[in-house]
Formats: sequence, structure tokens, C-alpha cells
Amino acid sequence: MTDTASRLPLWRAAFVVARRDFKAILFSKAFLFFLLGPIFFGAISIVAGTLGAKAAENNNPPRLAVMLDEAESAAFEAAHARLDDAIGLPQIELVARDEALDAQGLLADTSRNFGAVLSGSLSEPKLSGTQDRIARWEGEVALLSAEASGGTGTPLPSIALEPVQSSVAKTRSAQTATATGAITLLFLLTMLLAGMVLSNLVEEKANKIIEILAAAIPMDAVFYGKIFAMLGVSFVGIAVWGSIAGAILALGSAAIGPVPVPAVGWPLFIALFVIYFAMAYLLIGSVFLTIGSMAPTVRDVQTLSMPATFLQLGVFFLATYSLSDPGSATELFAVGFPVSSPYAMVARAAQDPAIWTHVLALAWQALWVAIFVKTGATLFRRKVMKSGPSGGAGKKRFGAKPA
Amino acid sequence: MSRNDDHYNTSLAIEAHGLVKRFDDTLAVDGVDISVPEGAIYGILGPNGAGKTTTLRMLLGIIDPDKGVRRVFGHDRPHEIAKWIGYLPEERGLYPAMKCDEAIAFMGALRGLPLDVGRQRGRELMENHGLSHAIDRQIRQLSKGMAQTVQLLGTLVHHPRLVVFDEPFSGLDAINQGKLEVMIRDLAKQGTTVIFSTHVIHHAERLCNDVAIIAGGRVPYAGSVDAARDRIPAQVRLETRNEAGEWRAALPADARHDRKEGGGHFWYFPIPDGGIEALLKRLINGDAGILSLSIERAGLHDAFVEIAGEAAARALDEDAAGDIL
Repeated sequence: MTDTASRLPLWRAAFVVARRDFKAILFSKAFLFFLLGPIFFGAISIVAGTLGAKAAENNNPPRLAVMLDEAESAAFEAAHARLDDAIGLPQIELVARDEALDAQGLLADTSRNFGAVLSGSLSEPKLSGTQDRIARWEGEVALLSAEASGGTGTPLPSIALEPVQSSVAKTRSAQTATATGAITLLFLLTMLLAGMVLSNLVEEKANKIIEILAAAIPMDAVFYGKIFAMLGVSFVGIAVWGSIAGAILALGSAAIGPVPVPAVGWPLFIALFVIYFAMAYLLIGSVFLTIGSMAPTVRDVQTLSMPATFLQLGVFFLATYSLSDPGSATELFAVGFPVSSPYAMVARAAQDPAIWTHVLALAWQALWVAIFVKTGATLFRRKVMKSGPSGGAGKKRFGAKPA
Repeated sequence: MSRNDDHYNTSLAIEAHGLVKRFDDTLAVDGVDISVPEGAIYGILGPNGAGKTTTLRMLLGIIDPDKGVRRVFGHDRPHEIAKWIGYLPEERGLYPAMKCDEAIAFMGALRGLPLDVGRQRGRELMENHGLSHAIDRQIRQLSKGMAQTVQLLGTLVHHPRLVVFDEPFSGLDAINQGKLEVMIRDLAKQGTTVIFSTHVIHHAERLCNDVAIIAGGRVPYAGSVDAARDRIPAQVRLETRNEAGEWRAALPADARHDRKEGGGHFWYFPIPDGGIEALLKRLINGDAGILSLSIERAGLHDAFVEIAGEAAARALDEDAAGDIL
């Protein structure tokens, strides 16, 4: 009986709505603000990233590898023990010379988190590490060497500095900063987009357009159209920002210096960021859109969306907290909990080179995206025409004429 | 001839049985039965809050009934035949930033019309309705009446077989109400089924072949306008020069002396059992001094009072008066 030529397929109906929304948002002032958003977001992300790196350092600070002969190493350790209470000193770890590792090898050892390596002798110490790290520790090493050599009154030895490009500690710190920045950016972007999709729907309800849509196409199509239109808009934004960032990096690479590489490498990290962003947005966007379907006014939207906003904030803090301790129960919970999973996994992409975890996580998230979007669409269909001034309740005035 | 009296197709465009819809603790629609023949102009007549909009929304598949069945062109799910239907809701709405031709094309696209075809037809429709100067304007730049016309054109752009209007005359001035009446008749002439809700009796009376009278969520009457009017016996209206005389014995016992106006006395009574001719003879022979005599058929308003009750009729009158104010 069904004449399929007499109706639009669901995907085409969703496309009609998505195309309209996409164009309308793209040419609106709100989109300009959206494009400018990363300036603020970038600043916040950098601050958050720096704080995250500091937090990570406090949690697992880089150590000084002491690679002297046995007697001098013992003297250095004793001097460290004497002075550590009086002044803040970097933690040290004695490394036997027979380990047959040079300074470069120690700094690249991912299992030990060395920030710099002290070699040579107490009278002619040599300090190897990244430029900023050896500059920061030069004084402490000279002081400790003098203390270990003879105590008070011994002149400070001259330190031979041997800068290297990178160290595990520096890389870890940079990756933590990248992870924190990525989580923050993800959070802010999804918040902004979820808010935009919500206000778009409320405006549509206020403009009484929703009934025209509801009469012509299934409400599922309206839901899908709206949520994917906003996703499309965000991809345009990401493409613009990505191009600008790429241009800045290409033109100013000399001035900026080498950019620390995330654990999975930049190309894959960017791809994963975009995918996790889509997942995070679809999860939270479907929640916000469902809330919008139930709320007739902006005030009601604010009231109803507050729990969802708190949930998102909680997810953000959970992911940020757990990134400093990969593999912990908290981090695994953040990875497994559907709403926080994209955040936790984008942090992992910055810190852990394993790829299979992302394949697994994306399959898991895709399952939850399907559940969230389908549930959201079902609730949306049931609720959107029941609320607001168009709703049928509360208008009845008369009883039927008695028979 | 004010109504569309053309014979319409006997198959049904809309068929609904026992529709029930409850919103929380409010029973909005309570067992509505409606049958709309193809090609008809069909009115759903009732005061505000009677259940007209909820009924239309159920018929269109915007909301599902809690009980009952509805079929539109034989389909249980109206969205499956969305291309055949046009709908103008009571609460009019368009995207304020859209240009007029785009708005019309978008409404067509929702019903499966390609955008470029919709845009072209939109421009033609606007030109035909004297709005060519506004084609490239944004909706927010239009007057309320013009925006309503644009939405109406968007409802028709895909050439639907069934057009559903919810309170289409609401908010229109007299001139635009007249234009809309012409448009509705033209649609029916082209074979389009038109169903509209209204709380203004004279629109239904002038336009509709059939009506459903709805009050309190129920439909106490659904059928032709003529049959509704015929539920109340026709009245004889007699104007005589004399007030008394032998001729008075010819009048039925329930004849009512309504008023004296100018030189005449006005009497109202049902058509007597013996017929009008016999009555006329006795009045002439009895020297009643007949000034005028006519048989007055009941109007739809009288039928509404009879069918839906005084309270619903009063509410209907108040709603209509509210429109004028």
C-alpha cells in the first residue's frame, strides 16, 4: 500500500533540514563569533595546557640522572640529602656507569623520566639535557657538586653544558600539555555547539516553524537534520582554524621552533581529535536537542539544560584529572564512561602511541552515539509537539452538549 | 451560488474513526469520527479549545492518537504521502532571514519538490498574487499579511491533492479573507480536497459542502451543511397589515408574533401540515392583509445551536467577535 514515491526517505528529509540549517548558520553572525571562538579557546587551552603540564610535573617530576663514579655518586647523593630540606632540589637517581648508556640514551629512556644527566666528575661536571632544563638546573648541580666535593667554602665548579633536542621528561610534559589543551578545546567546542543547536531549536519553536516541519517529515528527520547540520558547521570551523594554524606553523616554524609531537603523531592525532570531537558533540548534542524539544521558552531551556551542563563539566574535570595518571582506575573509568570517553581518549592519543585502544574506543563510542541519538530522536518526536503554546493541553473550555 | 456545489469524487480523502487524544489530565479529543470525500471543501467548525487543532494534527500525523484509526488517501501513516498534502498551521511561522522564494521552495522541498523547481514556482506564484516586488525580500521585511500569503503559497507550491488549513482566516483582513475564499474555491475546482477548521460560521456556511461540528472534543454532527440546516424545520415568515381577525385561526397554534415594524406585524411559525397554499387561501379569505410571506430555511448557526448546544454556540460567537476586535 505504501507509495514510497509519495514521501521523502528519512535521510533525504533530514538532508533538507540539515541543508537549510547549515546555510542559515554559516551565513549568520553567530558563525562569525564561532570562528573567532578559538582565539579565546586557544588562550584558555594554552593556559590549561601549561597548568596541566605543571600538574603533571608535580605528580611525576623529571629526575636528574647522576652518572659519576661510585664514590662521587655517593658523595653527591649525601650532599643532596643534606641540602634537599633547606632548598628545593630536583630528585636524583644514581645511574651506574656500567649501564652502558650515554646521556642521550638515558634521556630517551621512556621508562625513567630523566630531565637531565650529570656525568664527568665533581670537579668537572657535565650536564646534558634540553636547553631550558639544564639552564634551570645548572645552579643546583654546581651547588651540589661543590657540597659533595668538600662542603662549605669549596668554589663552585664550572658546569659544562651539553644541550640535547629532547628528553623523555620534556616530551611527556609537552604531551600532557597537548592532552590538556585538546580536552579543553573539545569541551569548549562541544559546549558552544550544543548551546547553538539548542538555541536554534528554541528559536524555531518560537517562530512556529516546528509544526510545519512536523507535518511534512518525520520528527526523527528533523532531529537528525539539526544535529548533523551543526556538526557540518563545526567541521567548516575546524577546517578554517586548521588551515590558519597550518599556515602559521608553516610560515613561522623557524620562530616557533620544533613542535612536540603527540604520541600517535600529528596527522593521526588531528584525525582522532576530529573524530572524538564528532563523537563528543553527537553524544552531548543529542542530549541538549532532546532537552530543547521539551522546553517551550529560553528560561525553561536554561533550567532543563543545567543538569546536562553540570554533567559535561564533570566529564571535563574527570578527563583532565585522569590524564595525569594513565592506566589508573579513574582513567579507565573515564575511558569507559560513554560521555567522557572521547575526552579521555583524545588525551591518550597525546600521551600513548597505542592505536588499537582507539579502534576499540571508537567502536564503543559509536555504539553509544547510536543509542543516544536514537533515544534523543524518539523523545524529541514524542515531546516536541506537546510543549509550548502550540501544545494541546489546557485549552479546553467546554463540555459536549449533553445527550 | 456561494458554495462549491460541484459533485466531488465519492472516494474518501480522509477517514477517521474513534480518534482519542489525551494531554496529561486533559481529554482533548474524545472519539472523533470524520469522513472527508475527495474533492470536497470540508469544514471543522467549533469554538476555540474544542479540539479542532488536535484533530487536524492527528489526521496529519503530527501527533498520534491514543486510540482510533485515521487514514489519509487510504494510508495509516500520513507522512508516507507527505507529497500529496499541504498544511497551513494556525500559528504561522517562517524563517525570518529567508528570502520569500527560498521560503516557498523550502516548504516545497519538505514535501519532496526539488529546490530549483520550488524556487521557480515560488517566483511565479508570487507574481500571480501581486507580490513580485517582494520576491527577493527577507521574510522579516514583509508585513504580517504578506508573510501569511507567502506561507500560504508555500503550502500549495508542490501541488498537493489535499490541503489542510487550521483557522486560515484568522488574522486576515476582510479583503484577504475574500481572496482566500476565492483561492479555496479554485483549489476545489481543480479537484483538490480542502479541509479547514474555523470558529467563524459564515466561512463554513459559504464555502463548505460538508462540516464536522466539534465541541468538547466530540463531533456531535458530521455531514453536509444542507443536512445540518435541515435538522431544524423551515420557518414561515408572515407580514400582515392587520393584527387580529378571523384569519388568525388559520395560523398554527405555536405561531409567534415577533414584532410590529412600520405598518406590518411579523409572525413566525413552522410550515403548517396542510401546506402553504391552503394557509394562503385562508389568510386571503380572512382579510389578513398580507404584506409579505416567505419560507426561511434555518442557517448553520441555528443548526450549530441545535447540535452543539447554547454554551458552545455562545463561545463560538465570542471567538468570532474576538477576531473582529
